[in-house]
Amino acid sequence: MQYLRRDKKDEEDGSQSNPFQNLDKSAVLQEARTFNETPINPRKCIHILTKILYVLNQGQHLGTTEATEAFFAMTKLFQSKDVMLRRMVYLAIKELANIAEDVIIVTSSLTKDMTGKEEMYRASAIRALCKITDNTMLQGIERYLKQAIVDKNASVSSASLVSALHLMKPNYDVVKRWVNEAQEAVSSDNTMVQYHALGLLYHVKKNDRLAVSKLIFKYTKQSLRSPYAVCMLIRIASKYLDEEPEVADSPVYDFLESCLRHKSEMVIYEAARALVNLKNLKSRDLCPAISVLQLFLSSPRPTLRFAAVRTLNKVAMTQPMSVTTCNLDLENLITDVNRSIATLAITTLLKTGNESSVDRLMKQISSFMSEISDEFKIVVVDAIRSLCLKFPRKHHVMMNFLSSMLRDEGGFDYKKAIVDTIITIIEENSEAKEAGLGHLCEFIEDCEHTVLATRILHLLGREGPRSQNPSKYIRFIYNRVILENAAVRAAAVTSLAKFGAHCDSLCSSILVLLSRCLLDTDDEVRDRATFYVNILKEKEKALSSGYILNGLQVSIVGLERALYAYVKDSTHTAPFDLKTVPLATTPMKDQVVKPGKTAIETPSAPTKASAPVAATRQDVYAEQLAAIPQFSKLGPLFRSSPKPAELTESETEYVVNCVKHVFNDHIVFQFDCTNTLNDQILENVKVEMEPSDSDFEVVCYVPRPSLPYNTPGTTYALIKLPQDASSVTCTFTNTLKFVVKDCDPSSGEPDEEGYEDEYVLEDIDVLVADHVQRVHKTNFLASWDEIGDECEMQDTYALTQMTSLEEAVKQIIEYLGMQPCERSDKVNTDKNSHALLLAGVFRGGHDVLVRARLAFDQGVTMNITVRSDDAVVSEVVLSAVG
Amino acid sequence: MDTAVLEASLYTVKAIAILDNDGERVVAKYYDDTYPTTKEQKEFEKNLFNKTQRANAEIIMLDGLTCVYRSNVDLFFYVMGASNENELILVSVLNAFYDAISQMLRKNVEKRALMDNLDGVLSIVDEIVDGGVILESDASSIMQRVAIKTDDVPLTEQTVAQVLQTAKDQLKWSLLK
Repeated sequence: MQYLRRDKKDEEDGSQSNPFQNLDKSAVLQEARTFNETPINPRKCIHILTKILYVLNQGQHLGTTEATEAFFAMTKLFQSKDVMLRRMVYLAIKELANIAEDVIIVTSSLTKDMTGKEEMYRASAIRALCKITDNTMLQGIERYLKQAIVDKNASVSSASLVSALHLMKPNYDVVKRWVNEAQEAVSSDNTMVQYHALGLLYHVKKNDRLAVSKLIFKYTKQSLRSPYAVCMLIRIASKYLDEEPEVADSPVYDFLESCLRHKSEMVIYEAARALVNLKNLKSRDLCPAISVLQLFLSSPRPTLRFAAVRTLNKVAMTQPMSVTTCNLDLENLITDVNRSIATLAITTLLKTGNESSVDRLMKQISSFMSEISDEFKIVVVDAIRSLCLKFPRKHHVMMNFLSSMLRDEGGFDYKKAIVDTIITIIEENSEAKEAGLGHLCEFIEDCEHTVLATRILHLLGREGPRSQNPSKYIRFIYNRVILENAAVRAAAVTSLAKFGAHCDSLCSSILVLLSRCLLDTDDEVRDRATFYVNILKEKEKALSSGYILNGLQVSIVGLERALYAYVKDSTHTAPFDLKTVPLATTPMKDQVVKPGKTAIETPSAPTKASAPVAATRQDVYAEQLAAIPQFSKLGPLFRSSPKPAELTESETEYVVNCVKHVFNDHIVFQFDCTNTLNDQILENVKVEMEPSDSDFEVVCYVPRPSLPYNTPGTTYALIKLPQDASSVTCTFTNTLKFVVKDCDPSSGEPDEEGYEDEYVLEDIDVLVADHVQRVHKTNFLASWDEIGDECEMQDTYALTQMTSLEEAVKQIIEYLGMQPCERSDKVNTDKNSHALLLAGVFRGGHDVLVRARLAFDQGVTMNITVRSDDAVVSEVVLSAVG
Repeated sequence: MDTAVLEASLYTVKAIAILDNDGERVVAKYYDDTYPTTKEQKEFEKNLFNKTQRANAEIIMLDGLTCVYRSNVDLFFYVMGASNENELILVSVLNAFYDAISQMLRKNVEKRALMDNLDGVLSIVDEIVDGGVILESDASSIMQRVAIKTDDVPLTEQTVAQVLQTAKDQLKWSLLK
């Protein structure tokens, strides 16, 4: 008891004896007057200066006048010879330099210290001086600084090198002149001087690739003594190698490799890390680096283990096979006391491991998930995502794990990563869909992030109606309408409407729910509800699928442009026609769901709608074409071919690529030409086209007046499509025609006289796919019924050359150029039959839907049914497959 | 978790700090604009302290920074660098920092002693890192440069008791010899 009390008393004493507790800024500044007393009392002044520094360090702000006053009082202290006091004065000068005015007043005192005899002062004086100096003053002290760099006192030399580095940003031209001195300093005996000198040299030269390579070759040969300097050199070298095409033969690579045997761990690690990060390295060359890192894994020092496992984790992302040799050591780290190390070890194992170890590892992670920071949780989530794609059968373990993580505390990025992962799993694996949607429903019950909630509601609206039991989601969605903010309410209303439009049995209940939203306080929510209620009341499939399920299919940028043109044209003779607006192009990458990127569209919530809509490639083309007078009368651009076709080999004299732009009655061929001969200038460049079918009529060419060396130029050809809608395919033979003028490669000055020449290009095919634009139909069956069977065509084909259903599906999509719906492009590998659903719009605005039933038995047999609102269109589309 | 190749630069250290066992700042210095205001800095420190006070793990990733740390009695020493910085370099700075302070305080590394020698601590921080560049990583060279002579308080400023104590000590030593 006695002891306890004494301890307590001691503690109180301790806090009282802390001279810096509860310091008040103004009181401290008052004390600064002591500086003016003579003789100077160093001890007292040190104490006061420390107080000032402490106050600043605690984050209290001094006003300019206060700071200037204190600063001037402080200048008196230069009279004292006390070393400690002088040091504190330097510190205070540096702290106050940015706040106080007229700090250059101490320049002469500092210059005196810097060049003086007292060794103790010099280094600090240099650093303080460089802090207060400006461009004009620098000229005056440059001479001293250059001398100081090569001073035999290491601290002076280091101080001036580091100060030079700080000065480089505003005064690059001055510091550039000190290169010779820095070069000399690299060979200093002192390790830190060497490091600073090398650093300064590189900072000066880093934009000059030749100089950098000289630097590397010079210092890789002579061995540097400072480990820091070697690390620096490794970084310079690896950056240099990164831009080099061939890595393994370079002497620089040998240098990196030799650093793996350096005596300092710091250097070994830096070299190993540099090696595994090299872009162009084969996995065999990684081995030495990996084995070094493997040794670090069993080090007693946590930092070393952390560094090694973090680097291996990165390697595992790209080359999991190289890391498998370390699996045994990684297993030992799972129980590491440092949770960061354990997490990294597990996620690395998840990437390299096999299916059987997944359960065990997941159990391990969940035991300490709550102890690690959000950054690492995201790492774990990413690992789980890639694991789910690798082992789809393990989805139930992952789903449960993810849902428990969703329930835990965490920031937005963390939650977003989990939601992204669940959505990816749902998209990839239909078996996991019900469970995943269930977890997401639970999550939005208590979700503070509007963006995530609207996104999930959008997903529910899309996937929910097609699930086994749609009614169970409605409660979750309607709860949002009651409890959330306007953005989420609006998304929930839209989601509800989709259920109503999709499931007839639920329609009446949905109408009841929606009519409750008619008096919502928010405009957007009310508008949406009113709109949906009225559409649903009509009970017409066509209406509800057109306005609720499919949404707006036009390009947003195109719509904006069309509306603007319509408003500007004041006649308003005809109502605005949505058909004139170019359709939204489905980005190609939606087809391949990359890990890390989900194919989900942005939810139609007001928060998102306000975000700027990026112009797609086609919108850019549309704008370019509209600017050419010959093409201004063609109407809206219907479709641009997604990839430029190469009409030449890439290594030839002239490189030509072609993009097809389809309009209502015309096709524009855009030829992007590059002249790769530096002694020629081409003039009046055009591509002459010869159609195989005489119904295709060449209207005009837009030649390129001049095509100098290596500057891409564009020429166009305008073709009128045949009147007969059924003839759509054609082959064109093309010839590049131009006038050649020889020129001097160096000056680019062309000769007066030129001669005509031509160059034969490869043929271009116009296919059915060029006339079809991809369109996404959310509810394919509803659209199918809506379009009716009046213009239905069907046929059966045997596709003997196909070896799998997957291949057949890919080919068909390519031939028809249509959008696969309801994820029917994903073939279940276990089954022998598949139904492919495609949707698109034919040139002229005709909706086309295709249902293809495929069966696999040695070859692929296909029964294809085409529906559209025009018999000719159906026929044309059907012919595309044959 | 940036995989990009690290830009070769001398600017290695983003911040250096000492916190006490309540997570309050004793000394802290930030060398770039990761946390421009005091408020953000203190928030980061609080967060850092919460993550590190119990787990004795030497290294942690926080807010995209690599933080290495060590503690003694009632003090926590931190060195922060970029997320893809060489962790071992940061540790070498941390060790130099700790060792220098330990030498100055004669191995008596605790808050009270530290506060009594705050001027020395500030000097040490100044000598280790200058504007984010590692200036010196050897504890004894740092001590040489800082030139702290903890004992020789000028005679005129000592209290009578102190003088007597010194005299007594010296007498004792001379007798023992």
